[in-house]
Amino acid sequence: MMSDLTKFTLAEARDAVASKKISSLELTRAHIDAIEKARGLNAFVLETPDKALDMAKASDARIASGTAGPLEGLPLGIKDLYATEGVHMQACSHILDGFRPPYESTVTSQLWRDGAVMLGKLNMDEFAMGSSNETSYYGPVASPWLPPGWDETKGRAALKGDKKGLLVPGGSSGGSSSAVAAHLCLAATATDTGGSIRQPAAFTGTVGIKPTYGRCSRWGVAAFASSLDQAGPIARTVRDSAIMLRSMAGYDAKDSTSVNAPVPDYEKAVGASIKGKKIGIPKEYRIDGMPAEIEALWQQGIEWLRAAGAEIVDISLPHTKTALPAYYIVAPAEASSNLARYDGVRYGLRVPGKDISSMYENTRAEGFGREVRRRIMIGTYVLSAGYYDAYYVRAQKIRTLIKRDFELAYQDGIDAILTPATPSAAFGIGEKGSSDPVEMYLNDVFTVTVNMAGLPGLAVPGGLSASGLPLGLQLIGRPFEEETLFSVAEVIEQAAGRISLPQAWW
Amino acid sequence: MTTAAKPSKLIKGATGDWEIVVGMEIHAQITSHSKLFSSASTSFGGDPNSHVTLVDAAMPGMLPVINEECVKQAIRTGLGLKAKINHRSVFDRKNYFYPDLPQGYQISQFKDPIVGEGEVIVDVSASEQIIVGVERLHLEQDAGKSLHDQSPTESFVDLNRSGVALMEIVSRPDIRSAEEARAYVTKLRTILRYLGTCDGNMEEGSLRADVNVSVRRPGEPLGTRCEIKNVNSIRFIGQAVDVEARRQIAIIEDGGKIDQETRLFDPGKGETRSMRSKEEAHDYRYFPDPDLLPLEFDQAYVDELAKGLPELPDDKRARFIAEYGLPPYDAGVLVMERESADYFEAVARGRDAKMAANWVINELFGRLNKEGKTIATSPVSAQQLGTIVDLISAGTISGKLAKDLFEIVWSEGGDPNVIVEERGMKQVTDTGAIEKAVDEIIAANPEKVEQAKAKPTMLGWFVGQVMKQTGGKANPEAVNTLLKQKLGI
Repeated sequence: MMSDLTKFTLAEARDAVASKKISSLELTRAHIDAIEKARGLNAFVLETPDKALDMAKASDARIASGTAGPLEGLPLGIKDLYATEGVHMQACSHILDGFRPPYESTVTSQLWRDGAVMLGKLNMDEFAMGSSNETSYYGPVASPWLPPGWDETKGRAALKGDKKGLLVPGGSSGGSSSAVAAHLCLAATATDTGGSIRQPAAFTGTVGIKPTYGRCSRWGVAAFASSLDQAGPIARTVRDSAIMLRSMAGYDAKDSTSVNAPVPDYEKAVGASIKGKKIGIPKEYRIDGMPAEIEALWQQGIEWLRAAGAEIVDISLPHTKTALPAYYIVAPAEASSNLARYDGVRYGLRVPGKDISSMYENTRAEGFGREVRRRIMIGTYVLSAGYYDAYYVRAQKIRTLIKRDFELAYQDGIDAILTPATPSAAFGIGEKGSSDPVEMYLNDVFTVTVNMAGLPGLAVPGGLSASGLPLGLQLIGRPFEEETLFSVAEVIEQAAGRISLPQAWW
Repeated sequence: MTTAAKPSKLIKGATGDWEIVVGMEIHAQITSHSKLFSSASTSFGGDPNSHVTLVDAAMPGMLPVINEECVKQAIRTGLGLKAKINHRSVFDRKNYFYPDLPQGYQISQFKDPIVGEGEVIVDVSASEQIIVGVERLHLEQDAGKSLHDQSPTESFVDLNRSGVALMEIVSRPDIRSAEEARAYVTKLRTILRYLGTCDGNMEEGSLRADVNVSVRRPGEPLGTRCEIKNVNSIRFIGQAVDVEARRQIAIIEDGGKIDQETRLFDPGKGETRSMRSKEEAHDYRYFPDPDLLPLEFDQAYVDELAKGLPELPDDKRARFIAEYGLPPYDAGVLVMERESADYFEAVARGRDAKMAANWVINELFGRLNKEGKTIATSPVSAQQLGTIVDLISAGTISGKLAKDLFEIVWSEGGDPNVIVEERGMKQVTDTGAIEKAVDEIIAANPEKVEQAKAKPTMLGWFVGQVMKQTGGKANPEAVNTLLKQKLGI
C-alpha cells in the first residue's frame, strides 16, 4: 500500500477504496492534511473538511453495504464557479460576498450522486476571466512547479510574501490545476470558456478536457459567456479525466443548450488503438515567434502518434488567426449581459448610494475587479447601437467561418487535430498583462478556436521545456467524440511517460 | 399609410383640419399556469415574492427553459390574428438596469418574432368597419414591481410578475381617432378572450397599451410621434389619444415642433407628461440570448393548434348573420363576448332567432348592465329566457306580460311555464271571452260609441278598457278586430 494516499491517481484510489484496501475516510483525511499544509499555494478559497469527512463516512457505509457509485469516496476539489448548496460560491469575486446558494449545480450533484467527496472550493480568476489566476479577489494561486533556478527556500519565502516570481498555474481554473498538480485532491472540476481548462492543465503538467459544448450542463455554474462556457475536469492522468467526465456529463432539461445524447463509458476508450486514425496538423497553428521548444514538442507529438499507427495529415484551418480577436468580442459581449445580475439588489455585496443608480455604480465598481470591469466595458461597447454590426455581428460571422474550417477538415476524414496547447510554458506571477492586457489574452491563441466551434479539446502533458517546466499538447475532436481524444491522449501520455509532478516544498 | 383621410375623422385646429395617426403596442399577459421561462405560478394576488423561482430571482448560474404552453398560446393568437406564423424565431436579450429586472435584461424577441403580419377587423360603429394591420407579435418576459410606498427611505421589489409571459402585439399606424383606438383594443381583447390566450383583465394589468400618437395635415407624411406608456383601460386609451393629439396640434399651430419622446398619461389631470426624451432613451444592446436555442417548429405543429381553435368572433358574426338572419350590428353585439354568443345561441336554437336576439340584447344586456352583472352571473339562464320566448311565440303570453314575466324570473327565479300558469298570465285568445268584455264595455259607454263612430282613433280608448278588464291577458289583435266590427269602424 502506498504510504502517501494523495499520490494515488483517481483510478488507483477508486480501485483501492472499492476493494476496501483503504477507506474513503483515510483517503479523505490524507487530502485534508495535504490541503492544510499547502495553504501557501492559495489553491483553495474554502476548505470544507467537516463536510468532506461526513461524506467520506457515508461513502464507506455505502461501500460496506455494496451500493457504491463509480466515484465512491474519492475526494475532489470544486471550482468556485460551481454552485454548492449551502457552501460558499463567489466565482472568486468580491461582488458575491457571503453568497451561499440554496442549490447545487447539476454537474456537482452528479459527482455526489456517484459518491465523490467534496474537499472545498477552488480558487480561480474572477468570474473565470483570466489566464493566470491573478484576477481572483482571493489573490493569486501559485503553481507547485518552482520557477527555473529557484530552490525550495526561495519558493517558501515567496509564498509567504506577494508570490511575485512564482509560477502561475494558468487560468482561469488555476486553483484546480494547482491543487491537482500538488496532490491536494484526486481531481477537480474546472470550466473552459476560451482555454480555462486546457491552458492551466498544460502549465501544471496535468490533463484537462473541455468537452463538446452541450455535453455538460451549465445549470448552477455562474455564467461568463454562455455560448462558450463548458464544464470539464482537470486530473493527473488521461484515464482519470475520462472517469471524471463520465460523471460530469449528461443531458439536463434545465439547460436548454445541453444535448440529449447518451454518455459513453469514456474510460473504455483509454488504451484503445489509434491505428489508422487520421490526425490533422493545422499549419495555421505555427505562429510567428513561437518558441522552438513548442515547435519541437509538437513534432514529437506527431512522431508518437505516427509510431502508434495514426495517419498524419497536414490540414488548413484558414480562419484560425481571426479567432482570438473574435473571441474577445463575443465573450465580453455575453459577459457584459450575464454579469448584469450582480447589482447589489438581491444578494452579495451592496455598497449604498444616494439613489438606485449610484448604488449600482458603487456596488459594481467596488465589487468587480479590474479585468472583469474591463470586459464588461468592452462587451457593452461592442453591443452598443452603431457598433453592434461592426463588432458583434462580424465576430459571429467569423465564428461561423471558424466552425466551417473544422467541419471541412472532419468531412475530409480527420478524426482529431493535434496542436500545441499554449504558446509557451508557465510564466511568473506579476510578469504579464499588467500594462497590456492583450499580452495575457495571447495565451488563449490555440484554445479559443475550440470554444468558438463548440468542439471537444483536451490538453495532455507532452514533456518539459528546456528549463524543466511542463508543456502540453492539445487534441481537438469531432463533436461528441471525446472518446477519440482519450484514446489519442493516452498514446501521448504513454509515449511521453507520466510527468513527475513536484514533491511538496510548500 | 397614404390612404386619403376620412373627413369625418379629422379634428379642427385653429388653423384648419388635422388627422390623428395612432399605432399601438399591446402587452397581453399569456394565460398559462407558469412563467415564460420558469415553473413559478402566474396567479394574480399572491403575497409579494411568493411566486419566484431561482430563475426569476436571477441567481448565479440559473438558466431559462421555454414554457411550451406559452409558445402554443402565442401561435394560437397569431392564428386568431390571421397572421404569418414564423417557424423559426429567436429570443434576444434587452439589456437595462432596474431593480425589478433581476437579470439585468429582459428576454424578448427582437429581429425574429414568433408571429409576423396579420390584421384585425374592427367595428367602429354600426355602420363603420376598419382593418388595422398587425406588424408582429413577439414573446417576452414581464418585469417585477417596485413598491415605493412601503418605507419612507427604501423601495421594495416584488418579483411575482417577473418572468410572466407577455405577448407584445404591435399594430400598424392604421388608427385615425380615439374612437378607433378604443374599438381596436376592444376587438383585440375579444379575440384574445375567445382564444383563451389572455384574460384581458386590464384592471389586473393583464392587458396594457403603449399608444403611439402623431398628427398631420390630411394627405401629408406621418408626423413625429410620441409614445404614451402603459395605458391600462380602454377609456383612458381614448382619452390619451385625444389629449395627446390636441397637445401636439397646439404646439404645431403655435409654430413649435414635436419632440419624439415617451410620455405618461395622467387620467386625474387629463394630460400627458414627458417621461424621457429620445436622447435619454436606453440603448438596449439587443443580442440573441445565448442561453436559449432558436425556437423552431414545423407546420404540422401549427396545424394541430389550428384544429383546436374555437370559432372566432368574425366567423361567428358572419354565421349569425347567415344562419339566424340577424342584422350585422346585432350579430356584432352578440359576438363581443364568447359567453354572450353562446348564451344567445342557446336561446335562439329552434326558436325565432330575431326575437331571441332582441330579448338578449335589449332586455337581458340592458338589465345586466344596469345591475353591473355579466352573462356569467346572469340570474336568468338561457333556458329560462328560451322558455319566455317560447311562450311569446306560442301566443301564450303577450309581449307586455312577457316583460313582467322576465322581471319575475330575474328577481325570483323559477320555471316561466309554471309562473305563467300559477299567476294566470296566460293571454286570452278565446274570442268568446273577449267578445263578452267588448260587449259589456260598448253597452256601458254609449256616448263613447257615438264619438268613436265619428272619430275612429277613439278605438284606442276601447282597447285600453278591454285590456284593463281582462287583466292585460287579451290578445290585442283579437280585441282590435272585434271592436272594429262591433263599432262599425
